[in-house]
Amino acid sequence: MGESVAAFLYLVSGVLFILALRGLSHPTTSRRGNAFGMVGMAIAIVTTLALSRPDFGALILIVLGLAIGGSLGAYIARRIPMTAMPQLVAAFHSLVGFAAVMVAAGALYSPGSFGIGTAGAIAGEALIEMSIGVAIGAITFTGSVIAFLKLDGRMSGKPIMLPMRHVVNAVLAIALIALIVAFVDTQSHGLFWLVVLLSLALGVLIIVPIGGADMPVVISMLNSYSGWAAAGIGFTLGNLALIITGALVGSSGAILSYIMCKGMNRSFLSVILGGFGGEAASGSQDLGDRTVKQGSADDAAYLMKNASKVIIVPGYGMAVAQAQHAVREMADKLKADGVQVKYAIHPVAGRMPGHMNVLLAEANVPYDEVFELENINSEFAQTDVAFVIGANDVTNPAARDDKSSPIYGMPILEVDKAGTVLFIKRSLASGYAGIDNALFYKPNTMMLFGDAKKMTEDIVKALAE
Amino acid sequence: MANPALDRALDQLSQAAEAVRRAAEGLPNVPDAAAQAVHVASGGVVDPLVFQIAIFVLAIFVGYYVVWSVTPALHTPLMSVTNAISSVIVVGALLAVGLSASGLATGFGFVALILASVNIFGGFLVTQRMLAMYKKKDK
Repeated sequence: MGESVAAFLYLVSGVLFILALRGLSHPTTSRRGNAFGMVGMAIAIVTTLALSRPDFGALILIVLGLAIGGSLGAYIARRIPMTAMPQLVAAFHSLVGFAAVMVAAGALYSPGSFGIGTAGAIAGEALIEMSIGVAIGAITFTGSVIAFLKLDGRMSGKPIMLPMRHVVNAVLAIALIALIVAFVDTQSHGLFWLVVLLSLALGVLIIVPIGGADMPVVISMLNSYSGWAAAGIGFTLGNLALIITGALVGSSGAILSYIMCKGMNRSFLSVILGGFGGEAASGSQDLGDRTVKQGSADDAAYLMKNASKVIIVPGYGMAVAQAQHAVREMADKLKADGVQVKYAIHPVAGRMPGHMNVLLAEANVPYDEVFELENINSEFAQTDVAFVIGANDVTNPAARDDKSSPIYGMPILEVDKAGTVLFIKRSLASGYAGIDNALFYKPNTMMLFGDAKKMTEDIVKALAE
Repeated sequence: MANPALDRALDQLSQAAEAVRRAAEGLPNVPDAAAQAVHVASGGVVDPLVFQIAIFVLAIFVGYYVVWSVTPALHTPLMSVTNAISSVIVVGALLAVGLSASGLATGFGFVALILASVNIFGGFLVTQRMLAMYKKKDK
């Protein structure tokens, strides 16, 4: 196959990847989009094989590698519970990052196979592109590993604040640039691995101080990084499919980070600098007499049964308790009684963009009953019952009313405007941001203390009676 | 009296010869210049890197508009599918395994190949599994 034909086919697979993302504009077109993506990937792989014509031994290695990785990937994809999606995505990001490092190493040790020169005399351009790809790839790798450990609960979600971390990071970043310059100049393999090591360290240091609830931003940011790393390698290889994909993924992750930051009313920089949450920041608001009205599952069932409209507000707590199926059962019972039921999702509910939507979809909640913040916020005033399960800070009216609150300005779901607020919670403890929620003490709020899943199941039982 | 005339004639002759020589010298430059002109017109002298950067920048814009059109309900599948497609880095792994002369490079390529394959199959299949769950209300 000629180089030009190959370049054309790589372009085709790049276009198919664009269509894959385009399909996600609506659930009905999304499945076809995913199929486009698969075809694009197949074209890229077959084109590369046809272009490089590996000998028999190499071909066996390739088939072996594809089979090992492929079966492992397929197994994970089938078995992973939906609640574990954030960790899975973080783990997958780390693989892309590490693969970028390995491909760059392969290009350095055998430049001839990539058409970028001969060993010791690699084109300077290719070296610069390679260094950028490898540095971002290595940062993505360790950063994603840390994000994975935090999301999977194997490491505390609390921010870990190292002393002088900004100074250390700045020094490392400058050292990294100096090393890259030296590497491009000398083409020394030792310097290459030093660049890798330093980037690995930077990846850890960047993510460690960022707390659990900022994970939606982190995971989107790492998504973006994995794209830029792929693009860097794409430039080294002069491969169109890789350049286009890198640009797509890079901008996709960047946009998601932006949306997540906006959902928390925080600047990207403040998230990256880390340290938010964990410390007990207390809002100075006057909480009135602070009496809390407590209710039982029976009370909640009675209230909702006699309502004409109920809005369910799920949060990360629902995912932790795996309560999504019980919630759907409850909604089904209510709908059978003629109650109108809708779901309201805050942009940063959960640990990754769209986390709640996937969980509700898994529990067979139709997607046309699920609404985003800006589309449903005006409806709370005409709603009889708002049912808050596992969410906290995203409903805190202080974000709207109290200028001294650390979360002031964050868009919230205005559940306090509903006739009654039912709030499932284990205790009165503050949410992630460490702020007391004034909503607990409002006269129209009824607290349902207990495990989210257990409480919802009790309500379902009470509704059945 | 014939001498100055002869001298002048000789002088003119040598000047003419010089001019011819110069013209002859200049001659090979003509096709060269023409080729260069054609080259410029067809973009031949532009470094291929510039075209790659052009494609890269345009793809960023395409990505920007396409991703803004993605419905927030599908942001999780968006992340898993972008993950899967960024594994197109597998083409680099295939080249390293398929063509490398050095054993080390083949080894690096093989590791990259396995990792990228996990991601390709895992990413697309888990996206498919998620998307299959998004259903409309059955009326």
